[in-house]
Amino acid sequence: MDDARTRMDEPNPLSATVDRHGSPYLAHHFDDLEQQFESARLGTWAFLATEVMFFGGMFLAYTVYRGAYPEAFAEASHHLDWRLGALNTIVLLTSSLTMALAVWAGQTGRRRPLIIFLAITMLLGLVFLGVKSVEYTEKYLEGHMPLLGLPFAWEGEHAGQAALFFDLYFVMTGFHALHMIIGIGIIAVLIGLAWRGRFNAHYFTPIEMTGLYWHFVDIVWVFLYPLLYLIGGIALGE
Amino acid sequence: MAAITAPVSARKHYLNIDYSWRSWLLTVDHKRIAILYLLSITLFFFVGGFFATLLRLELVTPQGDVVQAETYNKLFTMHGVTMIFFFLIPSIPAVLGNFLLPLMIGARDLAFPRLNLLSWYLFMLGALSAVAAMAAGGVDTGWTFYPPYSTRSSNSQVVLTGLGAFIAGFSSILTGLNFIVTIHTMRAPGLTWFRLPLFVWAHYATSLIMLLGTPVIAITIALAGIERLLRIGIFDPALGGDPVLFQHLFWFYSHPAVYIMILPGMGVISEIIPCFARRRIFGYRFIAFSSFAIAIIGFLAWGHHLFVSGQSVYASMTFSAITYLVAIPSAIKTFNWTATLYKGSIAYRTPLWYALWFIGLFVIGGLTGLFVAALPVDVHVHDTYFVVAHFHYIMVGGQVMAYLAALHFWWPKFSGRMYPEGLAKFAAFTIFIGFNLTFFPQFILGYLGMPRRYYTYAPEFQVLNVLSTAGASILAFGFILPMVYFVWSLRYGRKADPNPWEATGLEWQTSSPPTTHNFEQTPVVTHGPYAYSPQEPHDYLPQGVARV
Ligand code: HEM
Ligand SMILES: [Cu+2]
Repeated sequence: MDDARTRMDEPNPLSATVDRHGSPYLAHHFDDLEQQFESARLGTWAFLATEVMFFGGMFLAYTVYRGAYPEAFAEASHHLDWRLGALNTIVLLTSSLTMALAVWAGQTGRRRPLIIFLAITMLLGLVFLGVKSVEYTEKYLEGHMPLLGLPFAWEGEHAGQAALFFDLYFVMTGFHALHMIIGIGIIAVLIGLAWRGRFNAHYFTPIEMTGLYWHFVDIVWVFLYPLLYLIGGIALGE
Repeated sequence: MAAITAPVSARKHYLNIDYSWRSWLLTVDHKRIAILYLLSITLFFFVGGFFATLLRLELVTPQGDVVQAETYNKLFTMHGVTMIFFFLIPSIPAVLGNFLLPLMIGARDLAFPRLNLLSWYLFMLGALSAVAAMAAGGVDTGWTFYPPYSTRSSNSQVVLTGLGAFIAGFSSILTGLNFIVTIHTMRAPGLTWFRLPLFVWAHYATSLIMLLGTPVIAITIALAGIERLLRIGIFDPALGGDPVLFQHLFWFYSHPAVYIMILPGMGVISEIIPCFARRRIFGYRFIAFSSFAIAIIGFLAWGHHLFVSGQSVYASMTFSAITYLVAIPSAIKTFNWTATLYKGSIAYRTPLWYALWFIGLFVIGGLTGLFVAALPVDVHVHDTYFVVAHFHYIMVGGQVMAYLAALHFWWPKFSGRMYPEGLAKFAAFTIFIGFNLTFFPQFILGYLGMPRRYYTYAPEFQVLNVLSTAGASILAFGFILPMVYFVWSLRYGRKADPNPWEATGLEWQTSSPPTTHNFEQTPVVTHGPYAYSPQEPHDYLPQGVARV
């Protein structure tokens, strides 16, 4: 056994940044940065495939019940505020743009723009959550929150079916919001790391992967918005 | 092979490099993480076995003497939950896959070592939650969590148990993700796709199911839990929901999941048969692709669990036909293993015995799967002991046998010691006899109409039930033996060579046990796997050599 090798065999519990070929960013078990980057990218896509299946289960439940109770769903959907939903759609799509710009800044090693774009993205995410909580509060006050045995104020037929719509609304947007919160948390960490100069044109993997995640969460909303807010058409004059 | 001949004790390897707690609990070495899994799932195997013992004891007589209905419901539920989520699903992938995958492809570790450690912690967290649920009174819904058993009709610990399965699911997802990425990006030079050992192919197919199926059960269990917690009616018919939707979502994962519980075993058998028959595997590509065929077709067969749930008869006919299709790739494998054995120069060592048990018992389990896939037969045997026997022939007769085969085969690599051959053969035969005595009578019981999940039964079923319980005692004794002699061998076993079976895989071209980084140098692969033949210089040709 040669000496260099013996040293490498020493335990190194959290050794992701062991210097093997001169790059401080290369983890010990990879041969080069390219292999490391490829792995991270494939891993992220695989994770997003998992996420698609996760949300897929809820979309399936939605499809089944909307197919079974079309009138009640259309009726209940009118009680969501499509304007707030539209506002949030714009906010999120804009945040996707700033996220893309952050990735660009990361790839080209521009530190200040990177921090700024990440911060804007995070801010827009928070705006989204703010609007969402206004909507939740409204639903609560209107008595359209049939959770935990709260009274359900529904004039009209099919109260049970309408309640099912609101249940799905809260569960689906709730899981989406949870993903937003996680995303915002990750971006906050990235900002901290960028601040300390951890990224440069050779190493920006976490930014790119977070970008993919963030776009995915946006796309989920792009499906949620029409399916929840716009069924049965909207009344512009209202 | 230029083997490393330094004595085990003098040499530094992944086990003796550091003995501190910290070095184990914060390890990112895939081999140590495999050991962590080995210890944890062995524990859960005995927890599940404890519940099984009580179940079998209760069934010795037709009346309820040991426990009453409510406790019995909890016992079979906790038996199923523990065995499936905390033993069988992680068994081969998390222990042997973790240990062997990087070694087999000539890598230093999995692509994401820290994620791998996180998977173990998630697994333990999930298990802790399930164990807490058991301590707090247990669950009685059946491992399938069907509403309304799991919603309005149960006041047991459904949420905590569901949370456990949910968290453990993420461990499974991350393991699958790690494997897929590793197989794509970490292969040694020269290791092309069709030079991969079939164990690796089988784990790739398994990982796809983990990645794409597990999130569906995660959201399903989450919805059932939310339904209980927030008192809403997604599956509750009284609130407009549909309990059959739960069954669809549940089986959309859980049918493919039965292949999580068999494909890795098939991978193990494909390694062991050629080695002990000293023959090149027959139909390499067919076996490789049949794993994918099983994984893909397996995603389309779930409706065979809903034949009596009121599902449309046309849907049932389609699902029945698709289920039959799964039999084709399964049969391809079985025939290819048999063809590999044919005219081989066979060494009847313990791993081979287990592999032979696997083939025979899997055939019985698989063929009775076709019985229950036939609509008229299933109406008769659904929810009877026939189904119980069917899936135990697959799960225990198949996967557990493969797991034991694998533990014996790779034990020298894990521990650097040989297990005692005579005792191991004795255990293998005890387990085989005990298993068949336990479960074969259940086919007959089910065919005669004994329903599953009841604590009492009609008196005419007693003889067969007593036989089954007698078999279970033999089986339990058989399972304890390996536990004892594996531990014994750590100290007293004969020291193992790097390649005691003269096998071709890369994992045998490094020392036993391997060093933390697996290989002295990254190996260069020059051959496909399973080059066993009298024409080769030493009757076999290793897959690769270390780069000089
Ligand atoms: C390969 C590993 C397999 C495992 C681990 C397995 C496991 C199981 C389990 C646990 C059940 C019972 C579900 C329940 O009611 O709680 C079951 C039922 C069933 N299995 Fe399998 N199975 C496997 C293979 C197969 C195969 C190869 C087929 C058909 C070709 C098949 C067809 C069926 C059918 C149709 C049922 C439903 C029976 C009924 O509900 O009456 N299975 N299996
Ligand atoms: Cu199935």
